[in-house]
Order: sequence, then structure tokens, then C-alpha cells
Amino acid sequence: MNKTVNQKAWFLVLPVLVLVAFSAVIPLMTVVNYSVQDTFGNNVFFPAGLEWFRDTLQSDRMWASLGRQIMFSAIILAIEVPLGIFVALNMPKKGAWVSVCLVLMSLPLLIPWNVVGTIWQIFGRVDIGLFGYLMAQLGIDYNYTQDALDAWFTLVIMDVWHWTSLVALLAYAGLQSIPDAYYQAAKIDQASRWKVFRYIELPKMQGVLLIAILLRFMDSFMIYTEPFVVTGGGPGSATNFLSIDLVKVALGQMDLGPAAAYSIMYFLVVLLISWVFYTVMTNIDKRGGA
Amino acid sequence: MLDWMAWTPATAIFFAVIAGLLLVFTILAIKFPETPRVGVLRIETTRGDRLFITLLGSAFINLIWLGLEVGPQPYALLVCLVYAFAVFRWV
Repeated sequence: MNKTVNQKAWFLVLPVLVLVAFSAVIPLMTVVNYSVQDTFGNNVFFPAGLEWFRDTLQSDRMWASLGRQIMFSAIILAIEVPLGIFVALNMPKKGAWVSVCLVLMSLPLLIPWNVVGTIWQIFGRVDIGLFGYLMAQLGIDYNYTQDALDAWFTLVIMDVWHWTSLVALLAYAGLQSIPDAYYQAAKIDQASRWKVFRYIELPKMQGVLLIAILLRFMDSFMIYTEPFVVTGGGPGSATNFLSIDLVKVALGQMDLGPAAAYSIMYFLVVLLISWVFYTVMTNIDKRGGA
Repeated sequence: MLDWMAWTPATAIFFAVIAGLLLVFTILAIKFPETPRVGVLRIETTRGDRLFITLLGSAFINLIWLGLEVGPQPYALLVCLVYAFAVFRWV
């Protein structure tokens, strides 16, 4: 089939372009402008050169936040991906229970972030929260407002509760797309359960799993609301993730210049990782399709 | 009119150069259509992809240069030029 060349269609993209310019490009440019200047408000700016970038790059606080951020993303990926696959493998393939499972699984995904944070903030309290109370009854010294490890534990559990469903639903969709013939062939070959998983289910889920990993990584790398509501970065700075630290610099201290430099570096890291994921994904698709 | 965006000459030049690059590469793409190829990274890249890799990499080169205090910042741009050449030649 021959396609007709029609470049006029580009004009139809213009409204989107204008919208994106005002919602993303212009604010981003402004942030770049802020990052090389200092201000005390009133729209009066003083040139600062590369000072803010140098300060941020040499600040222990930023590196510590970055370290915590990477550790948080690594922990939740290590839990949510295998758990999500496990849940998906054990979900019913057909029948009335499919809908029940799907609805139950999507429930946490429908709850807004700040509500999830509030739920866990109360749930984990030792005096009135069910979870905190249970821990106290079991004789476990648990207090997420005092103990760094408990705070991390609460945040990780909360994220697992909130987002494992997403991985499970994506993996389930991948599993559903495998034709029965594959399983029949495996049965004829007397393949073990592990081999069916390793050589049929896992390769067929690869595409959706990569999307799941990308989504979960980006979301957890930019997490703000939930830890802000539950711990606010504390105790001390134990759960001070990048976004929380950034907001403290920008709004807590009103240091717009350093915050702008900080955001640009944060953005660059996110951009780099997204690009790597995207490239890996599209290349796997191409090889799979070839 | 541009007061609210707090422009400085340096950032204006920075964005003008990027806008210029995008424009040049768009014109190049129209005049000489891009053909993807596989380079040392074992991934398919077009000319536009290589520009993106160059720009993103240059940002990190500049940050590393600044963070490790290697020397005066303008020299980092020379490293970026070498890097750009390498990307367009081999990636």
C-alpha cells in the first residue's frame, strides 16, 4: 500500500504543542534560568553562575538522599516484581472468580496517594492503629516515628500494598495472552512446573514485565506524597528521599536557586534512566518481532 | 515580557543553541532522510537519537567536570565535542 505524503497533518499537532509548551517546556526553561541566579523574592535576581550546581554536587545531604532513593526503588522492585508474578500465576484463569480477583486487585490502585499515606499513618500507630497495636501485642518494639528501620519497613510495606497489584495485573495480562497450545506441548514433553515457567511463561511475559518494572521504578524514584504524609522524611532524615529533600530546599528554605539546580540534576537522572529503559524495551520488541 | 522567566544571557544562549541544533537536525532529516544503524552500543540509532545521546551525555560530562573540580568549566565543552564526535562516528 502506498501512503500519500501529507505534511499538513502536522498543523493538527499544534494545540498539543502549545499546551505542552505551557505545562512543561516554559516551566523547565524557567527552572534552568533560576538555577544560575539567586533571589530574595520580588522577582529580583542576582547572577550566581554555577555555584548552586557545585554546592549541590558537593552536598552530602543530596548524595545521602540519592542513596536512600536508589535503595528504596531497589527494595520495592525486588519485592513487588516477584510477588506480582507469583500472584498472577495463582490467579484463576477463567470463571466467576476472575472478576472478583481483578476488582480486589485494582482497589489499592484506585486510592489517591495522600489517602494511602493517611491510611498507613493511622494503621501503623501503636495507640490507635490496628497494625501498630498488633505489633505491640506481639511484643515487637515497633514505632515508625522513632525508629528508622521501622519507618523504612512501614514505607516499603505501604508501597508493596499499593502497587504490587499493578505488577500482578500486567503479568496476568501477559499470561492470558499465551495460547493453550504452548502448555499442551509442554505437557507432552513432560516439562516440570519450573520449566513451564522458565521457558514459556517468563519469555511471554517479558514485554509487560519490562513495562511494569519501568513504571514501578519511575514511580518509586519520584515518590513524594506517601512518605511525606507518613514520616515527613523522618525520623531525623532517615526517609528523606530525593523529592522530599528537594521540596525542603525549595519551599522549606525558599532557596529557589539551589532547588532549581537540584531539580535539573534530578530530571537528568530520570531522563537517563527512562531512556535506557525505553531503548532496552524497543530493542527487545524489534528482536522479538524479527 | 520575559521578566517573569528570569532570563540570563547565558541561559538564553544555551536554549538558542539547543533550538538551533533541533532546527538544523530537522532540516537535515528532511533533506537527507535518516537511516537507522547499529553501532557499538548494539542498539539501532538514527541521527536524531545520536543527537539526544550527545546532549544528555554532555550534560553529565559537565556535571562530572564541575563536581570533581577537574578544571575551568569551558574546557568541559571540549570534552563534550570529542564525545559528540565519538557518538556520531561509532554509536
